[in-house]
Amino acid sequence: MPRMNAAQRHVVDFTLNGRNVRAQAENRMLLSDLLRHEIGLTGTHVGCEHGVCGACTVQIDGKPARACLTLAQQVRGSDVRTVEALSPDPAELSPLQAAFRRHYGLQCGFCTPGILMSLDALLREQPDAGMEDIREHLSGHLCRCTGYATIVEAALSAAEEQRKEEIPNA
Amino acid sequence: MKPASFDFLCPETLEETLAALAEGGSEARVIAGGQSLVPMLNMRLARPALLVDIMRLAPLRQIETSGDEIVVGAGVRQAELEAWPNLSRDLPLLAAAFPWLGHVQTRARGTVCGSVAHADPSAELPLSLVTLGGTVGLRSRKQKRKVAADDFFIGMMATDLAEGEMIEAVHFPKARPGTGYAFREIGRRHGDFAIVACAAVADDSGLRLGIAGVDDRPRVFPLPGLDDDQFNDAINDIAWSLNARDDIHASARYRRELVRNLGCETLKEASRCRA
Ligand code: FES
Ligand code: FES
Repeated sequence: MPRMNAAQRHVVDFTLNGRNVRAQAENRMLLSDLLRHEIGLTGTHVGCEHGVCGACTVQIDGKPARACLTLAQQVRGSDVRTVEALSPDPAELSPLQAAFRRHYGLQCGFCTPGILMSLDALLREQPDAGMEDIREHLSGHLCRCTGYATIVEAALSAAEEQRKEEIPNA
Repeated sequence: MKPASFDFLCPETLEETLAALAEGGSEARVIAGGQSLVPMLNMRLARPALLVDIMRLAPLRQIETSGDEIVVGAGVRQAELEAWPNLSRDLPLLAAAFPWLGHVQTRARGTVCGSVAHADPSAELPLSLVTLGGTVGLRSRKQKRKVAADDFFIGMMATDLAEGEMIEAVHFPKARPGTGYAFREIGRRHGDFAIVACAAVADDSGLRLGIAGVDDRPRVFPLPGLDDDQFNDAINDIAWSLNARDDIHASARYRRELVRNLGCETLKEASRCRA
């Protein structure tokens, strides 16, 4: 791979929400800006842009990660998922999103996409996740509205729902 | 803010990497997970002319046991070491430190060596490496050298890394039977920078206490036995010998008090774990 010049834009090939994407980015472009400004997926929010607030959290190769601490060039060949992929139908909510709605897990909604992406990865990897695990994952996020209690309730409820579905008739 | 512009290179071989670093000199920086470097780029505290991405170098992405050392390559992510099956057996100090280290979301990307290279004075991985008496393996086009972790960290975010050099791996001494290890920290939240973090090792030769968050680099001190008459004086001397500072998180006085109390608790726990 030759040295990529700072003044030009360079191709980034990756998978985004299940589809192959070829985007163009300057070396200095952050993944959060690539998603929002180049690709137009504005569900990923940007709060602090230095890794503190968690609003920009997406999944890279299945793991929650800060889009503002990732250069676009670093996701070449990776599998990126954003909040837009949670529900297959834009008119419907995913079970986790629905649980947030039921339990008032959001107010202004600024922190929500990031939190959803962290919790979605957690519930996939650890279907038996409990309070401790949920709190551990939430510690990487700031919410200035809810006080977190309703977020924890929503996550616990989504986890329980998911477990019921996995053991039919239980 | 956004990073200033830089050239980017994503080499496939170590030779290519080292050649680029040699040519770039002080203007070139290695990027691995980016969890320490990208915030510095975003805030323009770092403005390298060239970034060299080392994550495609397969040989650097390994955790190996070599004799009585665990060798963690420069491309190993923190989450990978955290999930390493032998962690609690071979590196119990790190197993205790991990919950304090960043967040799930940053450990998924950040590397072990990246945290060592960044050398934040309150960071858990440099503290653990220093307390265990580990070493840092450095590599440049011309030479390969190993530096004791205690000599590698020379000040606030300053290390012995020379121009054209990169960290190839860090070497953690493997846990020995009959040795106790403990880690404690006081911070605002798990994952925030430590106000004070303590790591302790207890073995036949005595006690060792590592302290981060107080001085401008992690520091390690030998101590007499816990029931020794001199113990309280010794830990008090340590607290005063560190260059404690006031900042918005805590006063210097509070930090010294934490060194005495948390230090003592951590040493006690390490002694209890000796079995
Ligand atoms: S915007 Fe990325 S962590 Fe705040
Ligand atoms: S809902 Fe407003 S910041 Fe979380």
